[in-house]
Amino acid sequence: MAVSGHPYRDVVIAGVHNTVQARRLEGHTSASITVEAIHGALADAGLTLDDVDGISAADLSARLIYDLRLGPAWRGAQYGLGMIAEAASAVAAGMCDVAVVASGEAGIYTDHAATAPWTRPENEFVIPWGLFTTAEFALIARRHMIEYGTTEDQLATVAATIRNNGHVNPEAVYYGRGPFTPADIRASRPIAEPFHLLDCATTSEGGCALVLTTADRVPDLAATPVWLLGMAADSYGPAYQHPPGYDLTGRRPDDTGVVTVGRRAADRAFRTAGIGRTDVDVLELYDPFSFEVIRQLEAFGFCEPGEGGPFAAEGHLAPDGKYPVTTDGGLMSYSHAGSNPQMLQRAIRAVQQVRGTCVSTQIPGAEIALASAGGSGALFNQVALFGKERP
Amino acid sequence: MLQPQTGIPLNPVTPLTAPFWDGCAGGELRYQRCTECGTANFTPTDLCRGCTSRALEWRVSSGLGTVYSWTVVHRPVTPAFTAPYAVAIVDLDDGYRMLTNLIGIDAAAVREGLRVRVDHHGVGGERVLPYFRPEFPTAEIAEGK
Repeated sequence: MAVSGHPYRDVVIAGVHNTVQARRLEGHTSASITVEAIHGALADAGLTLDDVDGISAADLSARLIYDLRLGPAWRGAQYGLGMIAEAASAVAAGMCDVAVVASGEAGIYTDHAATAPWTRPENEFVIPWGLFTTAEFALIARRHMIEYGTTEDQLATVAATIRNNGHVNPEAVYYGRGPFTPADIRASRPIAEPFHLLDCATTSEGGCALVLTTADRVPDLAATPVWLLGMAADSYGPAYQHPPGYDLTGRRPDDTGVVTVGRRAADRAFRTAGIGRTDVDVLELYDPFSFEVIRQLEAFGFCEPGEGGPFAAEGHLAPDGKYPVTTDGGLMSYSHAGSNPQMLQRAIRAVQQVRGTCVSTQIPGAEIALASAGGSGALFNQVALFGKERP
Repeated sequence: MLQPQTGIPLNPVTPLTAPFWDGCAGGELRYQRCTECGTANFTPTDLCRGCTSRALEWRVSSGLGTVYSWTVVHRPVTPAFTAPYAVAIVDLDDGYRMLTNLIGIDAAAVREGLRVRVDHHGVGGERVLPYFRPEFPTAEIAEGK
């Protein structure tokens, strides 16, 4: 390891909050729902806005520093799960004491004749071919089916498993809209082969936030503290400009070219955490499309390449399985509020699992949870590990 | 039978990419080859992705390749597109990979490894797009050639 001691030993995740999530949140803007999430996470931690001296809120960061009068404050620049690791590093390095990581979107997707704006790339070598995120990820799923014999039934099993977690989650946008069998998934209308409608994430609106602070505040916190054990990310360049693949390679000689996107990130996150794959109790995997769950199982080392499909079909991803996956219903059923909140929400659910406070599908005795974000279609993948014990 | 689109959204051409689109207008599929290390580069770039050299030369591709992956889209990205259409990743014989749409074949007949050739079509305005169609007639594909 590059550093002596654990990089996040002196940082605690003190608060988390999801606002109400819905297909439409009338009267809200992205900023207003984000601020509502910030207040919720601070209340969860037993802190107030007056305690905050750092914020990471993607493209809202600068505006919120001004409008909430947080300045002078540390300002983050990362996205997705990288926001959490960046804020933890800032707290650990003494750049700030209480960092809020927040995201929210509302009122952006209004023209439903087209797919959601964040799914539509704008690039001269992509746009004329009618590409959007579903097609990008479908190209990868198809190649995996060619290479390893992965089947549409295996994809459908993943979607049914995650959607059934959302079906029993009263906070999910699609609460009570199941249960689903794999046959139900395959019977939904085709979008981009091999994906049917129910293989794909939904679109919705909502906000979410986390609060990170120094470990010496643990005695004063309102909630059970949770610790960031490790985080790492793999990027292969700009999303949605170049042909996607799950087997992308770079120039370094140790590059295997076998289910690569996210592999290095997972190895590094586990190395920082000092734990192994079998120590993980819950996998809050990013689920933009059913196939991505299968791919991440392989890339992250929970399955050998090509074994992710059969592993899913054997029922190992169900709440009573070996690795319960995406227990709130994920992007498919819980919420997919734009281009960033849904990434942080994988981490929030992981924190809730470790705390033991999930409103549905709480995995008994969960102590370590993995969250992921991004995917091979987008040429990046992020992995974070959360635990009950201070590293 | 999959057909070219018309009236679809197009992004502006840049000085870097103009030679590619000028080639399409004249029925040529162009790419950049590095004169230092020989790497084929696509999409257009000012630095070789193999060796970082700026010594890039525009070449004309054979326009022949094989299908690496594809997806038949039934829910178009915007109403400007007519579904179904088949997005594909093609590995060019010249040693690079590109996104395209397949035409001149039934959606259900597309297979991995299908041999394809470039087939330029105007899509409105002055823009000509490099679609790909089967290299051999459909009857021969059915015979496994």
